[in-house]
Parts: sequence; C-alpha cells; structure tokens
Amino acid sequence: MSLTEAETQELQVERDQIVGRWTDARQRLLRSPSSVIGLVLIGLFVFVAVFAPLLAPYEPGDQNLSVIRPGVYPGPSAEHLLGVDQLGRDILSRIIYGARTSLVIGLVSLGFGAVVGLTIGSLAGAFGGRVDTVLMRLMDMMLAIPGLLLAIGVAAAIGRGLTAVMIAIGVVNVPVFARLLRSSMLSQRESDYVLAARSLGVKRGRIVVGHIIPNSIAPVIVAATLALATAIIDAAGLAFLGLGSADPGVAEWGRMLAETQSFLQNAPHAAIFPGLAIIISCLGFYLLGEGLREALDPKFRR
Amino acid sequence: MTTAGAYQPSPAEAGEPEAATLLSVRDLRVVFQRRGRRPVHAVDGISLDVEPGRTIGVVGESGCGKSVTSLAILGLLPKRGVQVSGSVRFAGRELFKLSDQELREIRGRELAMIFQDPMTSLNPVLTVGYQITEVLRRHFGQKGQEATREAVSLLDAVGIPEARSRVDSYPHEFSGGMRQRVMIAMALSCEPELLIADEPTTALDVTIQAQILELIKELKRETGTSVILITHDLGVVAGMTDDIIVMYAGKVFERAPTRELFAAPGNPYTKGLLKSVPDPAHEEGTELYQIPGLPPDVAHMSPDQCPFAERCYRAEDVCRREFPPFVRLNAEHFSLCHFAEEVYQESLAARGGAVTTYGSRMDPDGKPAQGGAGR
Repeated sequence: MSLTEAETQELQVERDQIVGRWTDARQRLLRSPSSVIGLVLIGLFVFVAVFAPLLAPYEPGDQNLSVIRPGVYPGPSAEHLLGVDQLGRDILSRIIYGARTSLVIGLVSLGFGAVVGLTIGSLAGAFGGRVDTVLMRLMDMMLAIPGLLLAIGVAAAIGRGLTAVMIAIGVVNVPVFARLLRSSMLSQRESDYVLAARSLGVKRGRIVVGHIIPNSIAPVIVAATLALATAIIDAAGLAFLGLGSADPGVAEWGRMLAETQSFLQNAPHAAIFPGLAIIISCLGFYLLGEGLREALDPKFRR
Repeated sequence: MTTAGAYQPSPAEAGEPEAATLLSVRDLRVVFQRRGRRPVHAVDGISLDVEPGRTIGVVGESGCGKSVTSLAILGLLPKRGVQVSGSVRFAGRELFKLSDQELREIRGRELAMIFQDPMTSLNPVLTVGYQITEVLRRHFGQKGQEATREAVSLLDAVGIPEARSRVDSYPHEFSGGMRQRVMIAMALSCEPELLIADEPTTALDVTIQAQILELIKELKRETGTSVILITHDLGVVAGMTDDIIVMYAGKVFERAPTRELFAAPGNPYTKGLLKSVPDPAHEEGTELYQIPGLPPDVAHMSPDQCPFAERCYRAEDVCRREFPPFVRLNAEHFSLCHFAEEVYQESLAARGGAVTTYGSRMDPDGKPAQGGAGR
C-alpha cells in the first residue's frame, strides 16, 4: 500500500497548510479590512458599555442647570464635550451609559430569541414532517406581523420597561432563528456525510446533534451578529416611541432622540450625537456580520 | 454444455437460498412516486446472491439503478414517496422486516458501505479520528484512549502515513484518495461481513483509483469480508470480482462469473459495454466505440419491450413487442435477451471456438477458487 510520489507530495503541501476550520475562518476574517473595522467598532462599543461609570464624566441623570436657558442649550465645550441636552444633562455621559443599555438589551433579547428560535428550528429540522409543518406555520404567523409592531404589541401587553423591550425584540428574533436553523439543517440532512453516518448505524439523535447542527450553525452565527445590530435599532425605535424604560434617569439612545425632537432647531447636537452612536454601533455589527458570512462561506475557502 | 432456452426460475431466482449465502436479494423493486408524476421503477426485480468471502460486481451506466439498489439493501432510502418491495435476507434475517432500531444495529456492524464521493462523505466539522471512533463507540462501546488507539491502527491499516498525528486532522486536510481511505477505515472498523462499495473510485484520479482498489482487495483478503462492488467501469471489476451482474434500466441484463462475462458475453448490451472500454493497444485514429443513444427514461418505458431495443445493434421486431426472457446460457451464466443464445454463440465463435471457462473459475489472484462457499 505504498504511496505514489504525487500523493506524498500532496500530503506535504497539506501538512504545511494544516489549519482547523475555525482558525481558517478567523484568519480570513482578519484579512478583510471591513471586518477588522467592524471588530474595532464593536470593541469600542463593548468597552464603553462595560466601563461606562469610569469613562463618563458625569452621571447620566446629572443636570447642569447653570449652562442652559430656555432656547439655549450649548453644544460641545470643554466642560461638556458633546454639549448638553434640554435638561442640562451631559450628552457624552448619556451616550456612554446608553451604550450600556443598548448592549444589555441587544444581548438579552438576542439570547432569548436565539434560545427559543434555535430550539424550535432544531426540532423542526430534526423531525421534519408534521412537527416541521406545525412549527413553521407558527413561525410564518409571527413573521407576518411587522417586527416593530409585534414588539410594540408585546411591550404594550407586558407593560413599559426594559424587560418588555428585551422580550419584545427577542420575540421578533424567534422566527428568524427558527427558520434559518431549520432550512440549514434540512439541507444538511440530505448531505452525503449524513447518509454515510446512517450507513454506519449511527443513531438519529447523535446524527442531529453531532453532525447536522454543527454544520448548520455558521449562518446562525452570522445572523446573530446582524440581529444584534437590528436589536439596537429596534430598542432605539421602541424607546423613541416611549416604550423604553419607565425611569427617566436611564439613558437610552432612542429616548435621547425622542426627547430632543422639539428642540432640534436650538440643539441639533442633542439629536446628532446619539444618532451617530446608533449608526456607529450598528455599522460595527453589520461589517462584522458581512465579514463572518464571507469567512464562514465554504465557497470562499481556498 | 449449452443448456439454453427460456429458463425461468434460476437458483438465484426462486426457492430458499443456500444456507451458506450471506446476502440474498430476491425480486427487489424500488418505485419512486410523486404526486402528479408517473411512478419511476428505478429498480425492477433485481435478484442477487453474495456468498461469504466473495466479491460481486454490479456494472451499468449512470442511472441504471445501481446505487438505489445498494441504498435499498441497507434500508437507507427515504420512506416518503419511495416504495420498496421484494426480499433482502442477510445472515439469516429478513432486513425489510426489521425495525429501524434493529437495522441500525446491523448497519456499520455487519453491513457497511463506502460511498462514491469521499469529498462530501466525511463530516467537515469533525476530526477523522472522531468520526472513526464514533462508529466504534456506537457498536463496541469503546471509549477514550482505547477507541483512539483503535482509530489510529485502522488509519494505519488503510495506509494513512503518520496515523497517530493525522487522527486529529479534519477532512479538508486530506486529499481525495486519503479521504476515501478514511471512509474505508470507517466502513471496516467493525469488520463487517459485507461491504458495499458504491463507485468507490469514481471521484478519484486514475493512479489513486488503482491504490484504493488494491487496498480494498488487500483488506478483503485479510478480513474475509464479502464485497459488492458497484461501478460503471468494467476495468474496475475485471481484476476484483468473482461474479458480475450487468444492470440496465433497473433490471439485471446479464449475470456471469467475471472471466466468463469478459470472454463470452451473452448480451448485446454487455458486448457494447466491453467494446466501449478504451484499449491502449488500439490503433491511433480509430474512433472509440460507443453504444448509440441514451439510456431510456424508466418512467416512460413500455413494459412490453426490451428496454435496450432502441439502442441495440441486433434488435428485431420481437424486441419492441415483447419483454425478453432471462435465458440460462450455462450453469452460472444468464442473459436477458431474446437472442441470448445467438449472441453467446457469436461471442464464443469470435474467441476462436474455445471452450468456456465454465467450471474453471479463478479468484482474482489467479488461484482456482475452492468450491463456491468461500474460505
């Protein structure tokens, strides 16, 4: 059973390139400039959110009434780097604390949506047939309602507050994850290696957990990254509509936008900076999501 | 010795199979049904026997039902829209009567399969070591170190160099030939009694093909496993098999011991296949023979004609009117053709009137086989 020279050579080449699947994906991710920018933006966002109390020059609820008069809300200055809002609160500090709120809402709602959605999706994908039909029709019903409207409904039903916002956004994510995982699993179910595993007598549960799901998870990771961006926007949207936290002391980007609506002419900075914060953090997640999509796509592999 | 004529129940056709028979398939039919479409008879009454230690070749063009036959034997066809009938007896059990649970115990343990495309038949996210030990865990309850050691020795046995370090590699780190070796290691990990190799070399380049075939041959010699080798390449079966079944349009067209089939084909389709094998000694400039036309669409085939009639050089009116009989040409040689006897005699005459090899069957090593019951 000796090897041909060609095969030995090929083996040599392969050994030089030995990299695991995830190592490989990470390398390709880091080679793409836009993904790196995305990572930097997300890193910044998370850093700011985590260390908010250390970074913020003021408390989010602190009012500096000495600088404001009716109709005059000073913009950037040495004292207030991004200016103050209509109540004399430091905008920079509120944006920094707002990052915290956004991150918590994003992560919790994503976690909720992903856990429920992926459970439903994997059940549908694993069993197929009637289970699949029933679960997917339920998901279709949820998808038929526009996301924000659904979130408003949930928020209205549970009552105002951050918990309601998180559940609302999570519920919107459920059908997205369920459908994604299910379709990804269904395509894997027909793959050759599943047939090969079945031909070797591997049990059904093991095939689903050990073979199908690990191969179906890549698009879910991409979707999760993008869902974080959507969650931030949705959270801002809900806060803008007055469905955010009941405590006015809690800084939320969406509410900052909403509150400055009537002062736009006198204090445009009060709307511009939180808007930029939303855009930059979402951009970070979108760039990373796109980068991940390419890095995990087998078509782009060497 | 020409016991010819329209012969109906052949030994492999009816009655109880011999006790020594490892696998006996009787009248296997697979019908794919989709609402609003004509049912497709992908496999239409296949019968075959595999005795312990022997190698059977199943040959035919793409789409003739070779792979479906093997999937049906293992019970791996989807349940919805597929109707499987007939009987598959394996080591004394009727596989079609077993529960899914019981079938899973047999699959991999006693009856294993190698697939056509090693590039897609291994799970890309799991190490090859894991994939091999999964089978060992499943059937032998081996765990941890013990299973890993076994996996390494299996990889070693199929000729993977430095198996110890390669056991933690992922499939994409292997070449096609190496992956097929891994597949073979997985299939043989539990020393099955029957290995079904479904075009194991089709996706590989020629030098690697020879190595893989050599490997299968060698492992077969060591373990005494029976093999069903499915292929469209007559060159592959020539040196490997004891008997050959030629399939066309879901039916057995010819069955004979390998040497006999190559020496004196009794079916125009087999003759065509043999003629289309490129011959290196062939003069330059001469065109390579090809069977005219395309395989029939089995969904729209009339049951009252020979499926090969449209492409056959010998077809007469009767071929388009009547389904041909399964003719017995000698004790082990059968052909599905209205003119089987004539074709057979032509073949014999073309060989210079030599006697058939009937009775002097050889195994692939050229040593005379001992009886029919294997080793």
